[in-house]
Amino acid sequence: METKDKKWIVGQGSHIYFPQDTSKIMFQVILALLPASAMAVYVFGFDALKVLLIGVISAVAVEALIQKYLMKTPVTIGDYSAALTGLLLALNLPASSPWWMVCIGSLISIGIGKLAYGGLGQNPFNPALVGRVALLIGFPALMTDWSVTGGYLSELYRKIPAEALTTATPLGFIKAYSGSNFTADLVAYFNSYSINLKTLFIGATSGSIGEVSELALLLGALYLIYKKVLNWEIPAAFIGTVGIIAMAAYYVKPQAMLLPHYHLFSGGLFLGALFMATDMVTSPFTFRGRIVFGIGCGVLTMLIRLYGGYPEGVSFAILLMNIFVPIIDIYIKPKRFGV
Amino acid sequence: MAFGLKTFSRGGIHVDDRKYSHESPIEKLPAPKTVVIPISQHIGAPAKAVVTKDQAVKIGQLIAEKSGFISANVLSPVSGIVKAVEARMTPTGFKQDCIVIENDMKDEYFEAFTAVAPSAEVIEKLDISGAVKAVEKAGIVGMGGAAFPTSVKLSPPPDVKIDTVILNGVECEPYLTADARIMIEDADRIVAGLALIMKIFSKNGPVKGYIGIEANKPDSIQKMAEAASKYKDIEVVSLALKYPQGGEKQLINAIVGRDVPSGKLPSAVGCVVQNVATAASIYDAAVNNRPLIERVVTVTGMGVKKQKNLLVRFGTMFTELIDYCGGVTDDASMLICGGPMMGKALQTSEVPVTKAVSGILVLTQSEANLYEEAPCIRCGRCVDVCPMGLQPGLINKVIDAADYGRLEELSLLDCIECGSCNYICAGHERLVQKIKIGKVKLQEILKARKEKEAQTKKDDKK
Repeated sequence: METKDKKWIVGQGSHIYFPQDTSKIMFQVILALLPASAMAVYVFGFDALKVLLIGVISAVAVEALIQKYLMKTPVTIGDYSAALTGLLLALNLPASSPWWMVCIGSLISIGIGKLAYGGLGQNPFNPALVGRVALLIGFPALMTDWSVTGGYLSELYRKIPAEALTTATPLGFIKAYSGSNFTADLVAYFNSYSINLKTLFIGATSGSIGEVSELALLLGALYLIYKKVLNWEIPAAFIGTVGIIAMAAYYVKPQAMLLPHYHLFSGGLFLGALFMATDMVTSPFTFRGRIVFGIGCGVLTMLIRLYGGYPEGVSFAILLMNIFVPIIDIYIKPKRFGV
Repeated sequence: MAFGLKTFSRGGIHVDDRKYSHESPIEKLPAPKTVVIPISQHIGAPAKAVVTKDQAVKIGQLIAEKSGFISANVLSPVSGIVKAVEARMTPTGFKQDCIVIENDMKDEYFEAFTAVAPSAEVIEKLDISGAVKAVEKAGIVGMGGAAFPTSVKLSPPPDVKIDTVILNGVECEPYLTADARIMIEDADRIVAGLALIMKIFSKNGPVKGYIGIEANKPDSIQKMAEAASKYKDIEVVSLALKYPQGGEKQLINAIVGRDVPSGKLPSAVGCVVQNVATAASIYDAAVNNRPLIERVVTVTGMGVKKQKNLLVRFGTMFTELIDYCGGVTDDASMLICGGPMMGKALQTSEVPVTKAVSGILVLTQSEANLYEEAPCIRCGRCVDVCPMGLQPGLINKVIDAADYGRLEELSLLDCIECGSCNYICAGHERLVQKIKIGKVKLQEILKARKEKEAQTKKDDKK
């Protein structure tokens, strides 16, 4: 065609773009969670694989069904955000979770946590955590049933007393025994169950399936930080704050406190700090805002762990800090040029 | 990337520079049979046409006169006959009054000019008292893209002291290579222009000259450094690659570390910034009495068969430039006047080259951002990259909510519309477009408030 007669497409600048868009971001986060998922299957066996698959499939199905039949809007499962929410929810559940509980969790995460607010980008709370906390309140017994039937952990437990199969996580143990003179019990517990720093970090402790291996989580997160999908500010502030408070508490009252590294490596801190608190939709816009958000998460986590009724506080801490994000965005501004 | 190179301190993006036409020497495009000259090619009041239909004009003859302090003359780029004074489509995307001239191909000049070769001695001996007037007469405007009348920039209020003149050779827009080629092929004229500008400001004290060039143009840096070595107090600064380094405020921050205060001009921190091509034109006007009738335009993008740098007369149609480069490819889909970051998409190539046109970009389907907008996922990258320290994502939400009054506390008017937020946006949201709308709304609010305040003052006096 003659150049003169050609009709050109008119668009608004900038006319070129950074290739890392929403679906690519979501997909990369899913990729980054694969090491942790693999560790979950290794440690908990087939149960974990079942929970993971049900989580992802039910979340995607819930989003597609609600968008198609209830909201009558375009189905957006292609942006991978529903799959990611399902995966994160599953990683936050015990291996023993029944299939219907996982589905209820997906329904709450996607339906109430995300779509009820208007869909991707509109939700104030991390959807996966909304699902998890609803299940924690609704099914407290099932959500703290740490029994295992397969995988590396059951091999490990075969060598130790039978009560271990249903027993608590290290944090749960401390909460249950708090107030009593438990130092001796504690040492015996950790010694007998061969729980040490190495097993904690690589992943051989009981807990939600995704939180067992800090090493696998860190590996995925470092990949995302390198790809500039994840910010480092929130995890650093969050984990740093928990570490400092745990050290301070141990220093003040060593006979009644856990060694700080149990606070860092035995609960859901790494999963929460690296992959839940950093959820873009529900965390602050600015660098300084993210630091404040991370510190807030850390302080609340430790308040709940040390003084609250639950052994673990990461989920609640993140959800509580989610509330403050709009305020943080308004009051903590980036440094303006020439002001 | 080399470490230790200077760059601006806040925000910015690293974008693939795609300088396909960098190795292509400047080619002179034959003057066209007909030229279309908009009477407004600059920021400020449009010039007033001073020729009528059927009038004979020569090269350099005034055809539209500046009308106001911030305005610029328009001169004829060809000799021939005025065929019409009427509204035509221009690269602004709108119809504007244009003077249409039929070229008689004789290339006769209206006034005699000289061809004094640039050198330090020429500038030293030059009487600069008439220099600013010559620049004004020649119709020179900033050729980097903003098209601010140069004579105005060269005559700041008497209480303003300028101690730094910076030449902008950054050309940070991807694809564009016109400035890079001029610096390689015409370094002496550019540096002489800089020396001349420095001399204009030196009556108030010593002036230091800098030429900022990004490190992706080592050949430009080398040629300019060679030329600059013949002068005192001129330094070529090699800058790390980062967009939008060519923004005035960013360039000053990168080179001399001064921050132009919000709402102020560079002269507030003693600086003047000029584009390299503008400096060469200033030299020609002040020393050789040559009018501004042509410029170098990069014709590029994967949608054009051959990427070239062309020296073209003003008023030449984009179509002619594109066809000279072999025409467009089958998958060409977008035509942009300027660079891909800040340029304007056009519906037709039947628009003329004006003083502000630094490039013609033809993008293919796969190069261009033709995505549908998706929701903001609050990734915060727009905030990280904003060179002015704004929160584009939040501004976007406030504009969506039509809560325009809040835009003031978000410092919206500081936005330089560089498009970095738009480029990085995970949802391909057209942030700059929204911001432009928001600016208009905010200015309306500010104006209304000012009027109300004035009214209250008047009422109080009564």
